[in-house]
Amino acid sequence: METQQTSKHSDAAKQPDPMLVRPLQIHRIIKELGDTFSLILQPQDDDADFPFQPGQFNMLYVYGVGEVPISISGDPARRETLVHTTREVGTVTRAMRKLKVGDSLGVRGPYGKGWPVDKAENQDIVLLTGGIGLAPLRPMIHYLLTRREKYGRIVLLYGARTPEDILYRKDLEKWRSRFDLEMHLTVDHATGAWRGNVGVVTSLVSRSPFDPQNCIAMVCGPEIMMRFAVMELQKRGVADDRIYISMERNMKCGIGLCGHCQLGPTFVCKDGPVYCYVDIKDIFTKREM
Amino acid sequence: MRDLEQTLREHPFLEGLDAEHIKLLVGCASNVVFKEGDFVFREGLEANVFYFIRHGRVLIETHVPQKGPIMIRSREAGEILGWSWLVRPYRWHFDARAAELTRAIALDGKCLREKCEEDHDLGYEVMKRFAVIIAELLEATRLQLLDVYGNSTNK
Ligand SMILES: Cc1cc2nc3c(=O)[nH]c(=O)nc-3n(C[C@H](O)[C@H](O)[C@H](O)COP(=O)(O)OP(=O)(O)OC[C@H]3O[C@@H](n4cnc5c(N)ncnc54)[C@H](O)[C@@H]3O)c2cc1C
Ligand code: FES
Repeated sequence: METQQTSKHSDAAKQPDPMLVRPLQIHRIIKELGDTFSLILQPQDDDADFPFQPGQFNMLYVYGVGEVPISISGDPARRETLVHTTREVGTVTRAMRKLKVGDSLGVRGPYGKGWPVDKAENQDIVLLTGGIGLAPLRPMIHYLLTRREKYGRIVLLYGARTPEDILYRKDLEKWRSRFDLEMHLTVDHATGAWRGNVGVVTSLVSRSPFDPQNCIAMVCGPEIMMRFAVMELQKRGVADDRIYISMERNMKCGIGLCGHCQLGPTFVCKDGPVYCYVDIKDIFTKREM
Repeated sequence: MRDLEQTLREHPFLEGLDAEHIKLLVGCASNVVFKEGDFVFREGLEANVFYFIRHGRVLIETHVPQKGPIMIRSREAGEILGWSWLVRPYRWHFDARAAELTRAIALDGKCLREKCEEDHDLGYEVMKRFAVIIAELLEATRLQLLDVYGNSTNK
């Protein structure tokens, strides 16, 4: 793996070679949940500019351990820092969680196709997400809210396992207090003082206020949840070409060369991770895919 | 009474039901209010009613020894609460508690069961509608059981 030293005025830093790893410094760490954390990254010098489209991801390299694809989860308007929210599941993410402020992390990207921001204009927007699936959608929410007048109703449906597993609580509180975004939270089960919705996130679809004929639905979460979500949206009358889902597969190169992330005839790193459902519906429900 | 009839007539659950049948339902209906924390029904007790929730939210819970109550589902305004009145032995399987001030229309299940026995057309219409609710609950329960956020990491 090549690494690139950033210099303040280097062109490479502005338009990096897609395979070059850029070392970034961990500026801040936010402990989101027991196993989930956000890293706020900045370059070692002050030449920071990280443009990206909501829904894109970076390959993050924990030196000496390995590289993993992680969605960008920050506000696309704040290009001076890069934010990634990661849940610890295995070797690389465990090593990543042990990193400290000031440590260095290799980053290359951004890669892949993001959410359909243009097609969504003048439409009602349904953001349907569960668990850490909120991370790849958060940039989209920021994007929509900074251009609020371009969109119809915005409905955020978010499900977590329990109230303790709700991600980005501060953001959710902020969004809940807005009059121009309708938010419904639910948890699969709860104990204690919880007085909100209980039940799976897909059950919120039938009673949410949006126009199925004029909406774009963006779905992100565990694949099984997305399958049920698509069924609920279809039941509401949302056409397949109005549904977008974010897919995951193991990755290596991240740029469509190695074939690791193949999904049917497509590569998730290049043709996804965000797909229009109509383009992958035949492979989405096949077991062996 | 008029208010009850109008509310039932306009409720999506009863869409397509003819006026005569709605009238029969109204004969079994009454308005009820639950304060926050009130039990709407309790596990093991006789189930002779179901509710059209008009405002508020009801939490369905079960009690797990050493853990206390676990909430497993909520029912909101616009939704139907309770189907045990329809299935022998007509006992509630869970507790239901108002999470906030909740207003509902209560339908006397015993009265309705009798009317359904007398008029099988009504019985079929009621069964058809409850079959949808029960199927939805079953589907949601299956998804809940998969515990999709537990060990999966698809983001
Ligand atoms: C486009 C894209 C965007 C992603 N965005 C995020 C993100 O924003 N935040 C985040 O936390 N993760 C995200 N992921 C998933 C992340 O890449 C994996 O969790 C990571 O690669 C796991 O690496 P590891 O070495 O820690 O675990 P491994 O040692 O590789 O695996 C440990 C265990 O986790 C399971 N596992 C690994 N990856 C996945 C997966 N993707 N889905 C389900 N099970 C898995 C393995 O089967 C194994 O049982 C994304 C993946 C893709 C493809
Ligand atoms: S990761 Fe190599 S082709 Fe997608």
